[in-house]
Amino acid sequence: MRPSRYCFLFPFLLFLLSASRFFAQQTVIVYDSIAQLETRFHPEGNTTIIINFWATWCAPCVQELPYFEQLHERYTTPNVKVLLVSLDFKTQLQKRLLPFLKNNNITAEVALFADQNANYWIPKIHASWDGALPVTLVLQGTTRSFHQGEFENYEDLESFVTPFIGALYAPKR
Amino acid sequence: MKSIVYSVLLLAVAFSLFSGTGPNGYIVGDKALDFTLKNVDGNMFALSSMKHVKGYIVVFTCNHCPYAQLYEQRIIDLNKKYKSKGFPVIAINPNSPEVVPEDSFGEMQVRAKAKKYTFPYLFDEAQTVFPQFGATRTPHVFVLDSSRIVRYIGAIDNNPESPEEASEHFVESAVNALLRGEFPTPDFTVAIGCPIKVPKKKKP
Repeated sequence: MRPSRYCFLFPFLLFLLSASRFFAQQTVIVYDSIAQLETRFHPEGNTTIIINFWATWCAPCVQELPYFEQLHERYTTPNVKVLLVSLDFKTQLQKRLLPFLKNNNITAEVALFADQNANYWIPKIHASWDGALPVTLVLQGTTRSFHQGEFENYEDLESFVTPFIGALYAPKR
Repeated sequence: MKSIVYSVLLLAVAFSLFSGTGPNGYIVGDKALDFTLKNVDGNMFALSSMKHVKGYIVVFTCNHCPYAQLYEQRIIDLNKKYKSKGFPVIAINPNSPEVVPEDSFGEMQVRAKAKKYTFPYLFDEAQTVFPQFGATRTPHVFVLDSSRIVRYIGAIDNNPESPEEASEHFVESAVNALLRGEFPTPDFTVAIGCPIKVPKKKKP
């Protein structure tokens, strides 16, 4: 075949590729109740889920978010999941949360948790949590681990989750 | 040999019992210490300077936090409703302006004036009062009785986003109970809030 017949395809494909990147928007699932969110608390088999509670308005949360993104990018096995649970209000989803995720190139899964009755659901996350953000929960089978406050750096986060995922899925550095 | 092991264990247990109290601030039933902090009017304000009160609604709050902002009008309304009944609001900003410039003393003065605060808005500049109370977030409320015994710790109500949809008004119920001479139930609630901002310790 002659190259000239197909040469138009190349820029077209390039356009498609860049467009898909450009239009790729993070989809955010909304959980309205703790019962809905809790369906995520029981990962199957030896799957580990790392759940971070955060909000766009919470400065220390925003500071540690890249560490979770890094964790998500490093541990690509389906047995390790990162779920970022935003406590932004539902009314802020379009105006604030989605643009934030796009601007910060967040590719880890994000959910918006809209249950307002925090006094009811906070103790279900952990008995010692009084509601100050951020907190992180790691779940595997019936084992769970809870971390209050932000991680200082990526290494701190990784060493917190290593007891769950490190031995099995240590990634190459 | 066995006795040494036992005595070590006993010591460990005793130590853990002792260290279990204190560092995390007040629990309901504790007596709050008096404190003196700078008010937005420029004067020093002591809790004990309030005479003829039946109690105190101590609110750790601030300028910058969206949750504090959502609750601001409700804090103003609490003072309106309960100051005359003997339960004034005392607001305290526990944040370090080093971390959040919006929570500086100057900005507190601006906000208190703009929003016509009718209660003291104090600056915990040395960040010593909020750890005493065990406050961790804004807003975080402590209701004290006339002898400064902590009677309620927690949230104002159960709906930050829309006050109209709140089904439980924890602080109001607590104060009403105290006015009736009863203990509040619940006397402890939790809520989402902004963490209190402390400068990171300079690493050696």
